[in-house]
Amino acid sequence: MDMETLWFVLWGLLWAIYFILDGFDLGLGILRPFIARSEEDLHVIHHATGPFWDGNEVWLITAGGVTFAAFPKVYAVMFSALYAPLLLLLFALIFRAVSMEFRDKVDSPCWRKVWDIGLFAGSFVPALLLGVAFANLFIGIPIDNNGVYHGNLLKLLNPYGLAGGIVFVVLFMQHGALWLAIRADGELRERAVSAASSLWMLSLAGLLVFLWLTSLYTSLYDNYMTHPQLLIFPILAVTALLIQRPLLASGVYAGSWACSALLIFCVTFFGLAGMYPGMLISSLNPAWTITAFNGASSPLTLSIMLGVALCALPFVFIYQIWVYKTFADTPPHDGGAGY
Amino acid sequence: MDVVMLARLQFAVTVFFHFVFVPLTLGLSLLLAIMETLYVRTGDETYKRMARFWGKLFLINFVLGIVTGITLEFQFGTNWSRYSEYVGDIFGSLLAIEATVAFFLESTFVAVWAFGWEKVSKKVHLFAIWMVTLGSNISAFWIITANGWMQNPVGFTMANGRAELSDFWAVIGNSFALEQFAHTILSAWLLGGMFVLGVSAWHLLRDSHTDFFNRCVRIAAPFTLVVVVLLGAQGHLHGQTVAKFQPAKFAAMECHWETTANAPMYMLLWPDQAAGANKVEALGIPGMLSFLAGDSTDTVVKGLREFPREDWPPVLPTFLSFRLMVAMAGLFALLAIASFVWRKKLQSKRWLLRALVWNIPLPYIAIMAGWAVAEIGRQPWIVYNLMRTADAVSPVPAASVQTSLLAFIVVYGILGVVDIWLLRRFAIKGPESASEPRG
Repeated sequence: MDMETLWFVLWGLLWAIYFILDGFDLGLGILRPFIARSEEDLHVIHHATGPFWDGNEVWLITAGGVTFAAFPKVYAVMFSALYAPLLLLLFALIFRAVSMEFRDKVDSPCWRKVWDIGLFAGSFVPALLLGVAFANLFIGIPIDNNGVYHGNLLKLLNPYGLAGGIVFVVLFMQHGALWLAIRADGELRERAVSAASSLWMLSLAGLLVFLWLTSLYTSLYDNYMTHPQLLIFPILAVTALLIQRPLLASGVYAGSWACSALLIFCVTFFGLAGMYPGMLISSLNPAWTITAFNGASSPLTLSIMLGVALCALPFVFIYQIWVYKTFADTPPHDGGAGY
Repeated sequence: MDVVMLARLQFAVTVFFHFVFVPLTLGLSLLLAIMETLYVRTGDETYKRMARFWGKLFLINFVLGIVTGITLEFQFGTNWSRYSEYVGDIFGSLLAIEATVAFFLESTFVAVWAFGWEKVSKKVHLFAIWMVTLGSNISAFWIITANGWMQNPVGFTMANGRAELSDFWAVIGNSFALEQFAHTILSAWLLGGMFVLGVSAWHLLRDSHTDFFNRCVRIAAPFTLVVVVLLGAQGHLHGQTVAKFQPAKFAAMECHWETTANAPMYMLLWPDQAAGANKVEALGIPGMLSFLAGDSTDTVVKGLREFPREDWPPVLPTFLSFRLMVAMAGLFALLAIASFVWRKKLQSKRWLLRALVWNIPLPYIAIMAGWAVAEIGRQPWIVYNLMRTADAVSPVPAASVQTSLLAFIVVYGILGVVDIWLLRRFAIKGPESASEPRG
């Protein structure tokens, strides 16, 4: 495998890990107002995500940083083309983090209400926008040969983009509900389980519709025609979703969550494998597409970055897994610790 | 306003706002680590209460540092895409390394520290705060290496229409960047020390928790004194590095127009950039500027007229920011010495306590003034002598940048006010009493 392809895969992997990890806390942020009936429930939810969200969000920063380092041209054009959605994403993530950490600092219902809204909006908007953005990358965006974007925010909200947004929201909500099913107990867990089961229907329907829409709107399946082995991604996605249901019903919540994680992983790679080697497909002219080859950094930078990633990421995995294990038990029902 | 000016303003607003929170993270995390180390080594509960009290303030501050940092990473792409494409091979990799080796460490372990008081052993908890300190300070190293490369680009070749990495070790061993890193870290530690002194002084003035805060002073006062001495010495060296690598910036800092040896330093100055001379020039110290630039009055100091006019930085803001920073540094040195000398009877020195409270915001202003010198003084270049700021901006409509700039000002304004209000509230509330373990 050449260096550019390797980095394309690593790049996809970082996004997939980010979606899997931040997916559950974004999803829980959306579900939270519907599923919590008391302050006590909210504390359990806070403890189910509180120790992790910050470490999870670093995967986004790393995905962004690696785009910059390994594919500077992709970073430059993608971020300036997706100007408005990206800034909305940023503001939403800022509100989410601040809401989570400010909410319990002042004992006033009005104060808490404000940050509850902030947390909901700050979780819903990123889930939606990430889906819209990635779906638009799958179709291609109107960029010219100088990487100048000829579109606007509304153009991104086309039917396929919106479908991508909805799929992300539903998958993340389901992912969050399953996470809570692992972490909560009693009635809250029952509510989480029943939310996950209802969301399962939506996920299945959403996924199938999305796979179908993909054939209408994008040329992702071209790569699948020439390399049928890539079909493993959509097949695994559907399989993971099908296995998830019985696992949930038999109370194997961790297994069910793992299926949901695999599903998110496969959905991400389903799109990326179809795009390869394109990273920013130009909808104006295929010749203007920025690929993993014409958008990559110099070979020296790619090798140094590979060395850094291979040395540092195993440690990151080890200590993040350790943290997940340390805070694995059912959270306390009272207030207590937090940022 | 044109898109370049708007993008610069947006960067200034977001980076300065980010840097309201970062220095305290860098400085206070180190002090927290010291306090908690004392707790683990002595078993004295007061040190634990210290870690918890200052830790609460640390965490309120930390969140905003984190979230406003993401904005900056994305902003190179949104507003400075030409720049990103031109230098991403080097600059982008430094940012990616920062995330991989530093942000993960800092962000993962801060949660262990915040949520882990009753979950993990004393030693693991101590380890967590040291990892936070290490992570945040390492992150400063990488981001300053990236900025240092913009100040003094090294280790690259021009190929494929962009700057490509040719010598990674030259980039991370860039002497200019290392000086800048030392200066940034030490000033952040100074801010942390002065923050602890200032908040402690507030309580001591009101005779609240006197024993607790006196003991905080006894940790913070020697710390601050050591840091201020190091910072003074290092600041002098840093000035010489600027004189050597960025003579136009150095000339602007001192409003120096004609190239001469035995250049004097004027206490009173007011530049006139259009005329290429000073309107006011009084109280000169003969040979002082040459001496500062090269340890000898024979040192030739380049004047701005040596450079083409289109390469001049805006002189007045560079000069004023520099003078402001130096004047404050003098004040900090006096306060640090006084606090150290009287650290055991600080409560009887009411004037000093009052001064320390009023001093809390000043290190913030001094740090921002320092960055203004570094960044405005580098203009018109975004990468010194390599790429002009005007050529670096994204092909986006000015309206987009303007709208987002306004949004940043409103959102950051609100969050800043709330965060500082919360900090103040918890600072005033004081530590938990000894009998009550949780708060």
